[in-house]
Amino acid sequence: MAHVSFTRHLSRFFPTLEACEVPASTVRELIDELEKRHPGFASYVVDETGRLRRHVNVFIGEEPIRDRARLGDPLGPDARVFILQALSGG
Amino acid sequence: MSQHILLGTRKGTLIVDRKNGLWTPRPIAHPGVSISYAARDPRDGTLWAAMDHGHWGPKLSRSKDEGRTWQDLTHIAYPKGARFIEQHLPTPDQDPSAERPTAYKEAALLKVWVLAFGTTDQPGVIHAGTLPGGLFTSVDGGDHWELNRALWNHDSRGGDLFGGDATSRNEWGGTPAAIAYGEFVPGIHSIVVDPRDGNHFYVGVSSAGVLETRDGGKSWAGRNRGMLNDYMPNPEAAWGHDPHFVTLCPGAPDRLWQQNHCGVFTSDDGAGRWTRVSRSDVAVHFGFPIAADERDPLTAWVVPAKGDDQRMSIDGGLFVARTRDGGANWETFRKGLPQEHAYDVVYRHALDARGDQVCFGSTTGNVYVSEDRGESWQCVGNNLPPIHSVRFA
Repeated sequence: MAHVSFTRHLSRFFPTLEACEVPASTVRELIDELEKRHPGFASYVVDETGRLRRHVNVFIGEEPIRDRARLGDPLGPDARVFILQALSGG
Repeated sequence: MSQHILLGTRKGTLIVDRKNGLWTPRPIAHPGVSISYAARDPRDGTLWAAMDHGHWGPKLSRSKDEGRTWQDLTHIAYPKGARFIEQHLPTPDQDPSAERPTAYKEAALLKVWVLAFGTTDQPGVIHAGTLPGGLFTSVDGGDHWELNRALWNHDSRGGDLFGGDATSRNEWGGTPAAIAYGEFVPGIHSIVVDPRDGNHFYVGVSSAGVLETRDGGKSWAGRNRGMLNDYMPNPEAAWGHDPHFVTLCPGAPDRLWQQNHCGVFTSDDGAGRWTRVSRSDVAVHFGFPIAADERDPLTAWVVPAKGDDQRMSIDGGLFVARTRDGGANWETFRKGLPQEHAYDVVYRHALDARGDQVCFGSTTGNVYVSEDRGESWQCVGNNLPPIHSVRFA
């Protein structure tokens, strides 16, 4: 079970979004599960090709994911995942 | 007389109301979100805004209650398998003799640049022009959107890349408007619907030119005859043109106008042939927007800018130019507009005309409205965010 938390900026679009437990073995599965719980959520984090949006970051623990194109990074049983907007400048 | 103006700004959507002859903005909607285009569907009154989230991807938003509440839509997306031929922004160290193999890229929506509404006998039909160069159409009022494959697969873009490799050369260039997204791709910024027949419409593409469909988007043909690209060895090439905005006269729809990178052009035969009508002696040449009169095919307005090397108002003074004779002559109007230390430039969607009313907004956050066909101006706001679009609503 991965534990995922979110930048508060996403609450603007999904007011019921809160840190939660998600059964997922990869980041892709995690996003798919979050899409089921919050329809439309995935489109804020990934584009229609499945690639992580340019200015969005996903961390597992303190490490940014490596596979931004397919989100294949594996999640351990107690993974802590953070979905954040990137500090791309400014 | 229109009582509302919709502004798409760098920091949200502004609805400006006319009360007792004065124009006053309401509190901003979509605060903090860059809005690339906002307009009202004249058929059912729905307000539309194209959101350009910095982080979260482009989305559409609509309001069915005059802007009191907005609903964000996430359904506009390129279908799986939509590809385009990759292009590269020329760089100083690029070796022009080095052959690059043709590379393909999967399309993802970067920006909804413009929206256009179908005719009154096409309720629910809405078109969206996007980067990287796709036209989308909804037939159900925006709940679902579909890529126009005939245009996406056009020979001028390399043919049908869903199924395989290119069968023709890509003639569509990139637009600098895409560079902020880390890409060099074309963009559809103009969708011009013939009010007599909703299946007849045009798109304007940066940078390729104008294309026309007469069968509701099933087939497309280039309409660039007479356009001149001064930056090409052959200025009359079939492709590679850079219209900045294309529009038509609703009362005489065979009359089209375009502000192009290389001047102002007009056509009186439904884009069969374009004629350059710039007059550099009155500084009408470069600029981004153009507005056509609703009824008079010979009247149009532009807000000229100092050539493409500067892209700002000319000599620090802002003015609007109007022709009433199809572009043969242009009058310039400055009353009510700043004439010192004004460096505003007006983006392609940020000028509109409705009846005797004309309005424009600038990158410097200034908005001016005229109620006497552009001859004098009142200021709507001086400290607004940079203005991307202005539409009477």
